Amino acid sequence: MGINLDVPDISARPVQRCSTKIKAEKANLFYGTFQALRDITLDIPSCAITAIIGPSGCGKSSLLRIFNRMNDLIPGARVEGNVELDGIPIYDAKIDVADLRKRVGMVFQKPNPFPMSVFENVAYGPRRHGIKNRGQLEEIVEKSLRHAALWEEVKDKLGQSALALSGGQQQRLCIARVLAVEPEVILMDEPCSALDPVATLKIEDLMRDLSQDYTIIIVTHNMQQAARVSDMTAFIMMEPDRAGVLVEYGPTAQIFTNPKDKRTEDYITGRFG
Amino acid sequence: MASLILDSRRITQRTAFIFLGIATAITVSSVLFIIVYTIVKGSGALSWELLSQFPSKAGREGGILPTIVGTFYLMLGTLLFALPVGVMAGIYLTEYARDNWLTRLINLSIANLAGVPSIVFGLFGLGVFVLAFKFGLSLLAASLTLACQGLAMVITTSREAILAVPREYREGSLAIGVTKWQTVRHIVLPQASPGIITGAVLAISRAAGETAPILLTGAAFLLPALPKSPLDQFMALPYHLYTVAAHVPDMPKETMWGIALVLLIVVLSFDMLAATIRMKTRQRR
Repeated sequence: MGINLDVPDISARPVQRCSTKIKAEKANLFYGTFQALRDITLDIPSCAITAIIGPSGCGKSSLLRIFNRMNDLIPGARVEGNVELDGIPIYDAKIDVADLRKRVGMVFQKPNPFPMSVFENVAYGPRRHGIKNRGQLEEIVEKSLRHAALWEEVKDKLGQSALALSGGQQQRLCIARVLAVEPEVILMDEPCSALDPVATLKIEDLMRDLSQDYTIIIVTHNMQQAARVSDMTAFIMMEPDRAGVLVEYGPTAQIFTNPKDKRTEDYITGRFG
Repeated sequence: MASLILDSRRITQRTAFIFLGIATAITVSSVLFIIVYTIVKGSGALSWELLSQFPSKAGREGGILPTIVGTFYLMLGTLLFALPVGVMAGIYLTEYARDNWLTRLINLSIANLAGVPSIVFGLFGLGVFVLAFKFGLSLLAASLTLACQGLAMVITTSREAILAVPREYREGSLAIGVTKWQTVRHIVLPQASPGIITGAVLAISRAAGETAPILLTGAAFLLPALPKSPLDQFMALPYHLYTVAAHVPDMPKETMWGIALVLLIVVLSFDMLAATIRMKTRQRR
């Protein structure tokens, strides 16, 4: 038996490239006069999980928030360049931000269920989007909670406050809340960083399941997590002027086993960051 | 030597504590004194007759029913105008207004609104609501005047309550394609409502005690009947108290203190209601 040193089994995972879901071309992000991201160009495939990794403060979350225009909430933030969802430029003046965010949902670092019941948390989105029929809402809530692998744990306490759930359950509830509005893309901003290892594994399993139907983009500071769950990996780093740049982007197996850029190699082998 | 230095520092500290303690004692005891003195002097005059009858002989005899009713109408009128306008302005200033010099100027003016002398509000009400809008001397004109004065309080507390709603809740809502207004309506306002209600209750309790703004806008000393429409004149507790104390000769002192006690009870009970709401919501969080 020889010792196989070079390749962990992540390389065995085939990269399924259905089609380009999100496309960024020379995207630049500014906060006032400060440039946070420079010339980001990448194509994010559908039906796959794309991980964004990089050292703290390099602009991972900022990049994620470009895709659902969450940066719009920050006064003075502006995006230059082209970002497209299914070929439609999302920074076009004609785009309705609410419609965009309905298609591109987001899960945050800290679980943020609303201070309402479990049921109302999931029903919140559909209700706001005009569904009033109680039976229809119940159907959506059950489907979403099942899809988020939470149904069995909460089916008897749908009326209880969501704040009484554990951290991991709260995060899956937040995922269910996003699923309930039937998005096409789910952005996850370090979704496990506030969770314990068991809860983290559950979320990772869930992400793999969801990637059958949704395009998932996850920001993570945890390289093992990126290696475990993602199909594609983007490595971001700060340049000396503190603007984040895309150093390398490609299939996860390649990034982790055969990086083309020296900086990527240094980062994933733990030489900095 | 070392102990000597320590001693002098200890003396300084003790002196400071004594002065701080005296200042606190003066504050607390003056409030207590006013309350206790009013109760002692006025409780003898408290009777069902006082609360349920119309005054007679220029307030020397009979009761103060129409002044109590008038004051409650005023509070209701103030609430009706100050709450919606104040909350909407608070929402606009926190959620929609950009942070520029104009917004800062507006915020500054609102803070200063609370410091405008109440007689100035009275004159403003006379000029604008009574004369220009032709509401005449009326409940409507007086309520609007008190509402203008109460707006500062409602806006300020609404703004604080709205700002205290965690950003995570708003983001969670916006991130699933819910519009900004829906987020304000369904997430921010329900969360902020205890704070908003507290501010509104405080504002109307203050309105209940005001004399100057209503003096020029519709309060009457003696009326034969309760107001039947918002355009009628009205009687009110603080104005009645002022008139019987200043302008009615041979006014029985005990009745006067009785009226003061009723006014104090009305105002303090609303203040306590506000404090209770605030405490209840603090416990819940």
